[in-house]
Amino acid sequence: MRHSFSIGIGGAAGQGVATPGDIFAKIFSRRGLHLNAYNAYQSIIRGGHTFLTIRTGPDKIPTTDGRIDLLIPLNQDTADRHLRLLSAGGACLYNADLIHPGTSADGVQLCPLPVSKLADISRNKVAQNTLAIGAALSMMGVGFAALESVLEEQFRKKAQAVIDENVSLARAGYDYATQNFKPFAWPLPSTEARYAVLSGNGAMAMGGAAAGVKFYSAYPMSPATGVLHWMAEHAREAEIMVRQVEDEIGVINMAIGASHAGVRAMCATSGGGFALMSEGLGLSAQAEIPVVVIDCQRAGPSTGVPTKTEQGDLWQMLGAAFGDYPRVIAAPLDIADCFKLMPEIFNITDRFQCPGIVLCDLLLAEGRLSVDPAEIDFHPTVDRGEMITSNGGEHAPYLRYKITDSGVSPRVIPGLPGYTHVVSSDEHDEDGILISDAYTNHAKRRAMMEKRMRKMEGIAASIPPPQLIGPAAADVTLIGWGSTFGVIDEACELLREQGISANHLPIRWLVPLHGEAILDILRNARHTIIVENNFSGQFARYLRSETSFVPNGHIRKYDGEPFFPQHIVQAVKDQLAGKTTLSIPAHEVMV
Amino acid sequence: MATEILTPNAITMANFKGRVEPDWCPGCGDYGVLAAVQKALVELQIPQHEVATISGIGCSSNFPGFIETYGMHTLHGRSLPVATGVKMANHALTVLVTGGDGDGFGIGCGHFVHAMRRNVDLTYLVMDNQIYGLTTGQTSPTSRVAMKTKTTPFGNVERPVNPIALALAAGATYVARGFSADQKHLTELVKNAIAHKGFSFIDIFSPCITYNHDNTIPWFRPRVKKLEDNPHYDPTNFDAAMDQSQLWGDEIPIGKFFECTDVPTLHSLEPVLNSGPLVHQSNRIPDNIVKSFIDELM
Repeated sequence: MRHSFSIGIGGAAGQGVATPGDIFAKIFSRRGLHLNAYNAYQSIIRGGHTFLTIRTGPDKIPTTDGRIDLLIPLNQDTADRHLRLLSAGGACLYNADLIHPGTSADGVQLCPLPVSKLADISRNKVAQNTLAIGAALSMMGVGFAALESVLEEQFRKKAQAVIDENVSLARAGYDYATQNFKPFAWPLPSTEARYAVLSGNGAMAMGGAAAGVKFYSAYPMSPATGVLHWMAEHAREAEIMVRQVEDEIGVINMAIGASHAGVRAMCATSGGGFALMSEGLGLSAQAEIPVVVIDCQRAGPSTGVPTKTEQGDLWQMLGAAFGDYPRVIAAPLDIADCFKLMPEIFNITDRFQCPGIVLCDLLLAEGRLSVDPAEIDFHPTVDRGEMITSNGGEHAPYLRYKITDSGVSPRVIPGLPGYTHVVSSDEHDEDGILISDAYTNHAKRRAMMEKRMRKMEGIAASIPPPQLIGPAAADVTLIGWGSTFGVIDEACELLREQGISANHLPIRWLVPLHGEAILDILRNARHTIIVENNFSGQFARYLRSETSFVPNGHIRKYDGEPFFPQHIVQAVKDQLAGKTTLSIPAHEVMV
Repeated sequence: MATEILTPNAITMANFKGRVEPDWCPGCGDYGVLAAVQKALVELQIPQHEVATISGIGCSSNFPGFIETYGMHTLHGRSLPVATGVKMANHALTVLVTGGDGDGFGIGCGHFVHAMRRNVDLTYLVMDNQIYGLTTGQTSPTSRVAMKTKTTPFGNVERPVNPIALALAAGATYVARGFSADQKHLTELVKNAIAHKGFSFIDIFSPCITYNHDNTIPWFRPRVKKLEDNPHYDPTNFDAAMDQSQLWGDEIPIGKFFECTDVPTLHSLEPVLNSGPLVHQSNRIPDNIVKSFIDELM
């Protein structure tokens, strides 16, 4: 079993949950520890309930698991919701002036901090947070120096007096805990490694920058806004043009315009914004102008649950825009993959001059993961595809949509003398001349349709088939796509520890789908279960439509919260025992 | 981009002649607009490969197919965001946007307002025929009250949008109205609009010969009065422009309503473009900058 330690910090929005989270994350990653963090929050700026979980340990932390070792409630509500879930060995650090803990399990250490005695609370409204951070690190066996340096960085833009005040508050909390509370049985280890802490949104933005994106447009929409924030903040240094546009229709069309003029262009949104973009996606395909769209899924339909996660947009992506057209859709498997996928999908969309969709979700977009900085490679291969870049004197009349075996016609970037042409959303001939109106020609229409669709063969050949993880033969094979990678990975490990051998088939490239390769793997599986974060089994239905494959069972969740490993473990046991073929785990806590 | 050495007046109408003849109805106002734009580009001696002509959907949006430039025929109502993207990625291009009143003031009206407030340096030519032509004659955002169309068989009850007043209110820095049947005047306006640094808008009366029997060339001809003929008219005066925009009836002003030259263009405000058009910049981020990005995360 992997050794890990989880902290839960909760309070009302506006009480300052994020800052302690950032401080803990920095301290852990600088000790060479991995971490995975997830913030459960609501669509409210002040009030409500926000609960941040940070899980850390020396090995990779693929997911949070709902288990809390140290609870830091910043208000009574948080104590009431979460204290009962602590088990023996756990502790709760709280402001003794404000919070009255209820009953807790045997062996849970209640640690009241006399905040008004340790701090001048009339001046410092978040004194309890800083005291608690100090106290927590003492109990975890972390030396004070680590906290001191992080606090200095955190407040470096403020006056020295602010830094001094916070350091002395943290020190007071640290010393008080050393004298009054029992340290945790498992002091936090340290390693020589050093990790970067990334959100999925940050990773996708940086991945785009690494891929050579020069134009980024967006309309703010949770949970994709983090990409826009990273881009806006770093635009000048990265030399990327960033535009906030009036709506998502404008967003995708502006990106298509920039791409047509020759730069890599990207945009990000969530399901509702994507719905507005879908006509633009068809334009990208028909005019053969590449564009990459990130969709950070949230719980739908309609406005849905803006701050909660789901994998409910797959069929929207499969069916977005009318007509048949080539497209590529990929779902990053974890936050590190959010970075890595971007240059890969840009190379495909440039080579095949078609739209590409990155199907992410809130869990990855807003989660945090420790990543080896060596994996953040800003020198990926950049393949812009077939382009004519110099006029080279006399040449045959240029055909923008020349019919080729690959379906790809070399592009010319506007501005080059001798190659003027028209690109069009209407059906056109090889020369770009409209055949939709006065010149309708069924033979040309058919040839152009077949030319475009031939690109799908090239795309399929450019993407790797999925690989089975774990033993070739197993009692159960779990199939997931995108963000469930981490939680299924840990569930397999827990199942093996409990004597059930399990392997895992994660799907990263959704369109085109390597159906034959998937069937080759699943044909030999003893018991197959598809795990996905939606109501209707969107991937299961898609896999069936592409391959006729029907799994033995399904594990689904659509309550807004992500899976925990134990949800999958229990569901697998139930299904192997023949109790059900559809498990819908209940989330343990109201967050 | 290779710099070409051009002999004086090397660029002629032949350079801009499209590969196919326009498929507009005989007598359509759009022919006059096409000729005026081609003449303006010749008079300004802009090589065709340095021009991007971008349209939406509709009769007049077929325009890019009838002129030899880098053309784009985009989606209904979406020409302005596409054109903004083109201009941002390569601000060395002369960007012309063409379309109709339905495309620009109906389905695309949101983009119209925002492109103007951003002062994107492009020229937007609306061939305003006050009707939906390609869909065979329905009411448009500029159809007059009481006009009978297929969708208003008992007369239109909705008041039309006033494109000139709307453009002024939204912050367009060049606002004009042309008449396709007065080509000489229109050509001057188009030249003027292209030369203007910022968002230039020309609402062009381009009557539909097939579906609009109310606002025809003979109807407009006695009514249009050139602002340029009034020696007291000052196109730098916003209030005067707003006043003129309200006139409609026996006298309808055409010409340059307003021009303001002290608002910076969007691309000039972007430090990212200091080193030249985006499309010619490196797409690799220097290692020291990359290091600073990663250090933030450590």
